[in-house]
Amino acid sequence: MSDPLKVPYREREASISLEAMDGESPIAGVELEPESEMLTINLGPHHPATHGVLRLLCTLEGETVRSVEPIIGYVHTGIEKSCEDQEYWKAITFVERMDYLAYYFNAYAYCSAVETLLEEEVPARAQYLRVIHMELNRIASHLFWLGTGALDIGAITMLWWALRERDEVLDLFEMSSGQRLHTRYFQVGGVFEDIPPGWETKVRAFLAEMPSRIDQYEALLDENEIWLRRTKNTGIVPVDQLIGLGVTGPLLRAAGKPWDLRKAMPYCGYEHFDFKIPVGTVGDNYDRYRVRMAEMRESVKIVEQALDGLPEGPYITPNRKVALPPRHELATSMEALIHHFKLVTEGFRVPPGETYVAVESPRGELGCFVVADGSAKPVRVHMRDPSFVNLQALRHMGEGSVIADFIACLAMLDPILGGIDR
Amino acid sequence: MPDATGLELLAQRVREAVADDAIVGTRFEHGHATLDVHPPRVHAVLSYLRDSDDEPYGFLASLHGCDYLPAEPRLGIHYQLLSMERRDRLGVRARVTVEEPQLPTVTDIFPTADFQEREVYDFFGVIFDGHPDLRRLFMPEDYVGHPQRRDFPMGGEPVLFTFNEHKLPRWYE
Repeated sequence: MSDPLKVPYREREASISLEAMDGESPIAGVELEPESEMLTINLGPHHPATHGVLRLLCTLEGETVRSVEPIIGYVHTGIEKSCEDQEYWKAITFVERMDYLAYYFNAYAYCSAVETLLEEEVPARAQYLRVIHMELNRIASHLFWLGTGALDIGAITMLWWALRERDEVLDLFEMSSGQRLHTRYFQVGGVFEDIPPGWETKVRAFLAEMPSRIDQYEALLDENEIWLRRTKNTGIVPVDQLIGLGVTGPLLRAAGKPWDLRKAMPYCGYEHFDFKIPVGTVGDNYDRYRVRMAEMRESVKIVEQALDGLPEGPYITPNRKVALPPRHELATSMEALIHHFKLVTEGFRVPPGETYVAVESPRGELGCFVVADGSAKPVRVHMRDPSFVNLQALRHMGEGSVIADFIACLAMLDPILGGIDR
Repeated sequence: MPDATGLELLAQRVREAVADDAIVGTRFEHGHATLDVHPPRVHAVLSYLRDSDDEPYGFLASLHGCDYLPAEPRLGIHYQLLSMERRDRLGVRARVTVEEPQLPTVTDIFPTADFQEREVYDFFGVIFDGHPDLRRLFMPEDYVGHPQRRDFPMGGEPVLFTFNEHKLPRWYE
């Protein structure tokens, strides 16, 4: 191969269309005004408003965005490939790092897929603990979206306020699992540990406070002229087109389609909880914001109900072939020691088969596809990441809008590049 | 989910509507129904399932590849269909060989397949005939090989740090 540094830039980036630089309209059907000129610019990869390492090749006509091409892959780390070289229980650590704001959901989707292949029952207490952690994670993820999204539009106070509450959630995670991010709390067959004494009180204190905090956010944003002008009636995509594009989650619900996997195809005991699915009417950026705010309130309600109804019993499956025996048994029981040794050195084997499990992550349908061949390592782990699929809708949201609205569209899309690139 | 009987009935309807050789087999495991489709018929089967069947599936939830080494044909391309109205899922799978990894694109009926087919092309080398813009998505454009194939070595390329940069002269080639 020749020295790439000697190849001219345009040849190296052969896939990028620079037609617009030559004065011809790059978009069919859009006639340029005689003296107007198309400008092709890169938004990103290193740009704070791209929420990660996302590069958007935009063609601008003045302030108007005429075409958008997302270019991704800058943080592709081959997590799916790495999972194929790990035992099933070690791969949990890897999948958590895909969508790094919604790690509980990644872990749940993966563990649930493996449990399906093993046909392993999860105890009721473990399911409730999973729901509690996932919904707290949803609140934390939405708070991070709110802070950074508002920051993109210039509302810097929102960043401090939202991260303040998010930190409280992370403190709760730290108390229950020992880690703030990427907790690896979910195990195949249940959860790693029971919640510590005093945790429930702290969660309840947080839940009591959270609705009033959301009121504060809304008081700050809902009457803010700049916020409303940036979000209202911008980035509207019809619901049929969103479905064709595979968009799920708050984006689809904001367009008026009440599709939420927690209600539609309940998993992990969500059928036991009473909650509503917020939907929008217009499908603009403002609706996307309102839907996520309402979802946080619903999550608070779910966590409250799960704490009230938290069943007694084991927090992980008693099946020693899958879950580690309790530590104290190792000193007295030979079988426990053997099981512990086998699980730690070899891991458990999963019978051949393949399955696809989908859960509702804060960004939409998070699907996990696992293929097993009977060994202790998966043949294939694939995550259908909602950010990855939703990103395709950005073009339809942003084209034709002014660039400031386009940034708002990107913020309300809520892409997580760790999940997109995997 | 269609149960095992429903899956057979569905397969029969597809055979009658599309072609006799369209369905290669059916699988029902862990409560999940999958149709194995003859690769050239994928587009016809998916557009039948989307539009014409009595129980249509209007949403393509996921499209992903898998390498079944050492089984032949090696590559499997999975289409996860979803019906929001009936809250029902159906898997469709096509198996192609690494020698002739050709499949028709479904981007015209499911626009969501655009990025996902590019991902499968990037990682497995499956050529989707008719895809409007079939380029690598994650890997660099000049990358050689398809890294998610099972015979692609793990850690096949040295990771570049400042401490070993001088040991890898002209690493950028």
